[in-house]
Amino acid sequence: MQIDVRSRAEGRRALLESAPPAVSVEGAYKTFRIPHQQYHTLKERALHPFRSRTYDAFHALNDVSLTVPRGEFFGIVGRNGSGKSTLLKCLAGIYRLDQGSLSLEGRLSPFIELGVGFNPDLAARDNVIINAVMMGLTREEARHRFDDIIAFAELEEFIDLKLKNYSSGMAVRLGFATATQVDADILLVDEVLAVGDAAFQQKCFEVFQRLKDAGKTILFVTHDMGLVERFCDRAMLLERGRVLLVGDPHEIGLLYHQVNFGDPVHKRPEADGEGSGKPVEIRTCWFEADGNAVIDLPNGERLGILFEVRFNERIEDPVFGLSLRNDVGHTVFATTSQWEHAATGSFGPGETVTVRVDVDAWFAPGRYEATPSVARAGSGADALDLREQMASFILHSTRVTGGLIDPPHSFEIERGAAEER
Amino acid sequence: MTERSRFLALTWTLALTDWKLRFYGSILGYVWQLARPFAFFGVIYVVFTQIVGLGDEIKNYGVYILFAFVLFSFFAEVTNSCVTSLVSKENLLRKVSFPRLAIPMSVTLTGLFNLGGTLLAVFIFSTASGVYPDWSWFELPVLVFLLAVLSCGVGMILSILYVRYRDVEPIWEVTTQILFYASPVLYVSTLVDECCQRPYVAQPLATIMTEMRHAIVDPTAPDVATAIGGAWRLALPLLIVFGVFAFGLWLFNREAPRIAEHL
Repeated sequence: MQIDVRSRAEGRRALLESAPPAVSVEGAYKTFRIPHQQYHTLKERALHPFRSRTYDAFHALNDVSLTVPRGEFFGIVGRNGSGKSTLLKCLAGIYRLDQGSLSLEGRLSPFIELGVGFNPDLAARDNVIINAVMMGLTREEARHRFDDIIAFAELEEFIDLKLKNYSSGMAVRLGFATATQVDADILLVDEVLAVGDAAFQQKCFEVFQRLKDAGKTILFVTHDMGLVERFCDRAMLLERGRVLLVGDPHEIGLLYHQVNFGDPVHKRPEADGEGSGKPVEIRTCWFEADGNAVIDLPNGERLGILFEVRFNERIEDPVFGLSLRNDVGHTVFATTSQWEHAATGSFGPGETVTVRVDVDAWFAPGRYEATPSVARAGSGADALDLREQMASFILHSTRVTGGLIDPPHSFEIERGAAEER
Repeated sequence: MTERSRFLALTWTLALTDWKLRFYGSILGYVWQLARPFAFFGVIYVVFTQIVGLGDEIKNYGVYILFAFVLFSFFAEVTNSCVTSLVSKENLLRKVSFPRLAIPMSVTLTGLFNLGGTLLAVFIFSTASGVYPDWSWFELPVLVFLLAVLSCGVGMILSILYVRYRDVEPIWEVTTQILFYASPVLYVSTLVDECCQRPYVAQPLATIMTEMRHAIVDPTAPDVATAIGGAWRLALPLLIVFGVFAFGLWLFNREAPRIAEHL
């Protein structure tokens, strides 16, 4: 499904390029000191005036630079603890940078840690007004906006309810509504869509689109690569406080998965010793892509599934089989040598073979486990060796379709009834 | 909107909501607000006039205690609320950037709202007790202003300290108690021994109470300039009031950008 958003984005970008960047960060460093011995009282401080004040330094941001032009929808992704939230808090002016410079063009509205800072003892009305005033509206404007905010959050019935009696979803809705309705030029959004029901998420998407069209700048933190690809013009991948890459959302999505699941390693469980007594032994099973062993790969790549078999007895025409199961145990793919090679030949004791199955991995994203097997000739039911879930790999994709497989497909929408054509 | 008007709007909004929160939905809230000073006054009045016998020597002693107690309560309430003000507004501080100074300022403002409400009742009581309004009562706003500056200054220092040292809260509670007896609330400054009277009156709270007595309760009592021994000596308590405020402001602004990290 290809919808033409890119060209519209290009046009808008060209229009806004002449303006100064909305957000620009230059060589930002932020280090947190975690003292070994923490004093929380004056008494302790007074009793141990000379005790060493050693601390561990945690480098939350390490030479981070970025420039976001006006009107851009910019994604920030990274694993937990990679510095995303710290960066957002520095941008929001909550933390101060240790080094480096930061400049923002225009008014900023932060939506951080699922909220905009509500007082649980106050009703929605007071909270919204306080927040709107904090974000730079006058009291008059804030009162004016209140109805819109409540309407957007769909909380009309709960205006006078104290925030502590709100459900978490309601509070997030109210917070998001406040943050997006205060006419800020730059919106910082941290993980908003993790909570909230589908209807509210849809509403959020509409707001994003509207803000995008209005030329607002949005910095968006998320773990959902699908959203990054769907909305962001560009994205940035942070890892341990450093910028790994700033670029196209798709590229970022792929790299994110690689960072998440680690470097590809050849999964080879320790081989059993010689002569385990079995006539046939499946010794290892692994995955390859482009000739390299992998444990993860993007959807649609050519995947090689390999396993090594050692024969301890003479076996005539064994049947090699392989199945792939997903996380919930559904077999999504299975094959045997019977269909292609009815007769596989004769294998003597001490002989080792490598079986290779190549398949285009058009599966839904997730974890898959391979179960290789070797059976005597015939129905394939008389198994000589079968290793349940011997090896696994992760298939990632930037979209979650909900389907079991995600093969390449086309999508066309043409106006007019079918018979007219 | 300029940074300044945003700051003012925010301070005002925070103070107003805090104040509303206290009286939330009830006339009784106001009654409770008054119950404390008046109940205290009742007890003190009986003890000191009937048992100790102070009432005969001091003119309008009951009205004096009431005014002094209400003013001191303002100081105690503002400073003690300031102590925890930053920590209790943690969820705001960690999520939104706004002029941090609005927090202690709004606490002071809430205190002023409360003081206004209480003083209204005190005026009624004092009129009923035979202390009638006079032109000299216009000194009261000046005294309240000085007291507010002092309270806010102390409050700023305490709020910053509390972020790092959590035992500031009990320490300040005890200090408030000490200040209560060290200031002329239950007694008047002219009762202090002759030798120490001048340095005693230089303590800002004593300065304010002494002048309050002269201006409101008893015009025949010495005014503060006389009590301290010369108008120029008033420079000392004024210096303390504004010095504390200036120091508080400096400390607060120095620490403000890093508050969110220490919470």
